[in-house]
Amino acid sequence: MTEEKEWPLWEVFIRSKAGLDHKHCGSVHASDAEMAMESARDVYTRRSEGISIWVVPSNAITASKPEDKESLFEPADDKIYRHPTFYDIPQGAGKM
Amino acid sequence: MYGDTSIQKPIEIAEPTSEEQARLEVIFQQKIDDNIKIEPQEWMPDAYRKTLVRQMSQHAHSEVIGMQPEGNWITRAPSLRRKVILLAKIQDEGGHGLYIYSSAETLGTSRAEMIEQLQTGKAKYSSIFNYPALSWADMGTIGWLVDGAAITNQVALSRCSYGPYSRAMIRICKEESFHQRQGYELLLTLSRGSDEQKELLQESVNRFWWPSLMMFGPNDSDSPHSAQSMKWKIKRKSNDQLRQEFVDATVPQADFLGITLPDPDLKWNEESGHYDYGEIDWEEFGNVIHGNGPCNKQRIANHIKAHEDGAWVREAAAAYAEKQQNKQVA
Repeated sequence: MTEEKEWPLWEVFIRSKAGLDHKHCGSVHASDAEMAMESARDVYTRRSEGISIWVVPSNAITASKPEDKESLFEPADDKIYRHPTFYDIPQGAGKM
Repeated sequence: MYGDTSIQKPIEIAEPTSEEQARLEVIFQQKIDDNIKIEPQEWMPDAYRKTLVRQMSQHAHSEVIGMQPEGNWITRAPSLRRKVILLAKIQDEGGHGLYIYSSAETLGTSRAEMIEQLQTGKAKYSSIFNYPALSWADMGTIGWLVDGAAITNQVALSRCSYGPYSRAMIRICKEESFHQRQGYELLLTLSRGSDEQKELLQESVNRFWWPSLMMFGPNDSDSPHSAQSMKWKIKRKSNDQLRQEFVDATVPQADFLGITLPDPDLKWNEESGHYDYGEIDWEEFGNVIHGNGPCNKQRIANHIKAHEDGAWVREAAAAYAEKQQNKQVA
């Protein structure tokens, strides 16, 4: 086998239909954005799974670290007053 | 296609080397027990990572090598309808390989590394693809039996504890049903055809029945390392459980086709509510796994040739991308 540099990795996001968000579905290797788009189309939308594709160089994504989970997300856990169910509204007040 | 754990080597579990590691292992196992999926960046025991890389890469290799026996028949498909179906199915297998490679890469193994392991024989693939596809009927039998066995395996794997693998399996299972149904439909057509066509069908099933049962791997009694995979929920059902599910689902389908399955011991067991079946030829299984099946050498030689023949395309694309990038900078 010859020494060759692996094509960069691209993350693929697909919008399944109008009105919905793009959702991550996997990755492809491609030499440039155009090829990443073509490959993503062939690999991830063979059965009309999407109407729009984003491809993003994997190394352009900054991800939160699992070990930061507590500091990032736990503060929200004890703020139950941010949820509508925290408030008691008598039935008589009608739908709210 | 597939999801064979029969080609797994024993997992070596190291004792935790520090208190911190022991603590992490407890937390990890707790997550697994609570059915919380494990995601790429999270801490996981080395052996869990290694087991997954091995299983997923071998699964991906199986998808890709599995394109070969069917690829041989594209130009000989008897009608345009069958030809487009076969092409779509083979394209799916390639796609399935890519989903799983992509998931395996999240564990920190490069695609190039996995391909090299396949080509040098360090990584295995499902033994079933070392059998040749000798007749057109095989295109049906592979879909019905081989993909059928694969679905049984993969439905279980879609509940696997590793998030990316589980997601790839869910996607694959959705597509796999087409593979099995087109195969069974092809065989149904043969079963309603001439005597010659019926013979073709029976002969093909005779060859593929036992290798399909082997796809589930050794009997549970001879599969000591499965226990750890079950504990980690990489594996959700045992080899024999899955094999039994497959046999129970398949025998009535064979009856409907009007064919026999090549096992004199196959019979309904009223008491257990399952079909009993005969002993598998484990010596043959061992031989095929260890490189002495009918097509092992040919499959790998083909893969290497395709890979090397494509080298100039990969190089040219990389050179083009670099040139475009330099232009932008300038």
